[in-house]
Amino acid sequence: MLIVSLFMGRYQVPVSVLIDDIMNTITALSFGTAIPASTHHTVLFSVRLPRILAAMLVGCALSVAGVSFQGVFRNPLVSPYILGVGSGAGFGACLGILLFDNHIMIQLLAFIFGLLAMFAAISMDKASKGTGTLVLVLSGIIVSSIFTALISLAKYAADPYDELPEIVFWLMGSLSSIRYSDLIWITVPMFIGMLVLFLLRWRINILSLGDEEARSLGVNVDKMRLIIIICATLVTSAAVSISGVIGWVGLVVPHISRMIVGPNYNRLLPMSMVCGASFMLLVDDLARTVSVTEIPLGIITSLVGAPIFAYLIKRGRMGWN
Amino acid sequence: MELILEVDSLSYSYGKENVFENVSFSLRSGEVMCILGPNGSGKSTLIKCIAGIFKPATGSVHIMGENTASLGAGKIARRIGYVPQQNEVVFPFTVLDFVVMGRTPHISIFASPGAKDMKIARESLEMVGIGDLAERTLGSLSGGQRQMVLIARALAQEPTLLLLDEPTAHLDFGNQVLVLEAVQKLASSGISIVMNTHMPDHAFLVGSRAAALCNRRLLAVDEVAAVVNSEIMSSVYGVNVAVREIEDIKRKVCVAMLK
Repeated sequence: MLIVSLFMGRYQVPVSVLIDDIMNTITALSFGTAIPASTHHTVLFSVRLPRILAAMLVGCALSVAGVSFQGVFRNPLVSPYILGVGSGAGFGACLGILLFDNHIMIQLLAFIFGLLAMFAAISMDKASKGTGTLVLVLSGIIVSSIFTALISLAKYAADPYDELPEIVFWLMGSLSSIRYSDLIWITVPMFIGMLVLFLLRWRINILSLGDEEARSLGVNVDKMRLIIIICATLVTSAAVSISGVIGWVGLVVPHISRMIVGPNYNRLLPMSMVCGASFMLLVDDLARTVSVTEIPLGIITSLVGAPIFAYLIKRGRMGWN
Repeated sequence: MELILEVDSLSYSYGKENVFENVSFSLRSGEVMCILGPNGSGKSTLIKCIAGIFKPATGSVHIMGENTASLGAGKIARRIGYVPQQNEVVFPFTVLDFVVMGRTPHISIFASPGAKDMKIARESLEMVGIGDLAERTLGSLSGGQRQMVLIARALAQEPTLLLLDEPTAHLDFGNQVLVLEAVQKLASSGISIVMNTHMPDHAFLVGSRAAALCNRRLLAVDEVAAVVNSEIMSSVYGVNVAVREIEDIKRKVCVAMLK
């Protein structure tokens, strides 16, 4: 799929050209001469490949976060944005666009504000001495609505000819301006978060039994839940910071995976990672091939994801009843 | 017989109100303790305090001579299996996947259950007589089968003490008897059991000892016959209760009488 995606796009590259290109590169490297620059080379390896990798990473990240949140909150309708991470990161990006208009700062602020939103929700939950997850969900809604209001404020304050369209496009989600340098820095938080979630995947089963039962099985529920929430948020924030707010992936992919391998997180979590990466790659291929201009990713995930979800509900095989 | 559980002047409070206070009893290996008492008397809370799910306000719980307050959740879970009254499982795990979760206290934090854990889970299912349900999903089971699955999960913890919170609630007559038979079998294999029940008669069937939790206190911890008698039961439940010996089946029964 990765290979096929390389050749998809408005600029046609025949397979033979790629092979020539690779051969040239190898020859150049072995002889120590400069790699010959060609348009094909640029399109394939500087434009498409980072974008393909980014799509797979983002899809994988959102899905793994979604499936983890669903287990921790014991609710299959939870998405990665449950604690306000999406609107937090959105506001961070707005700030970046308004104050700096700098690629790196936009990503960095989006990432930081995504985490900030989660910590705000968690500390609100702690302050209310809430038990279980109900207060946490409510805190997430509160945080989310505050940041949504702040995003509106940012839009209102933005320059309508320059900054406003940028904000709007960012919020709709896109991978069109991805470069290797972006990929490298988000890989670190993503990898850490994913690794921990992957290792803890069997324990998510236990958390999904409910607090009292998990405690009776010897699990430190509060600590375990906090670790999983932090890791899932880390992964989500990193994804959102390069792709914008892309909905539905983190909700639909866990369901599809649950239908394939069942609810046991031992198999479900790796399956969600693979499905998420494939789904996002497919969506991004659509985004850059369907029309002459790019379609924002968030629009396609909603247009594709929502009907899939409706179909799953109709088939009644949600994997949770 | 070895002393397994010692509960010493235990009390628990929600806010300022004490749910129960000064509860003390002890249990030897293979004994079944039936705790009776009206709705809302704190039977479930008492069980959860012993299981380490709730933290008691005062008093102590010793399991095999060690104080649970200093044992840590993981070590408690290797000794005490807790079977909740009702559980709502959000995701439709298979019975085997669910029962193997009882192995949690024996599995390190980043690991998943291995072949040995699966084997113990299957043996636990066999022990309560539902080995054939292993591949079914939880949602497809009847109430009685679900109760057995919960007991099997607690057995997979390989506990020395089993806490059952009203294991026969919501079950039909036949399934109640099946659960009691399982309890008897487990007790005879050496596991100590504390069981909450709404049916005083169950104490005659499986109990080696009984007690009644009423008005925040544990009354009359004693042999079943000394606790389940018409005076104590009538005062605990506030209705007329008669206890009679049935000659041809050679046991006592506890029945209610309407006014």
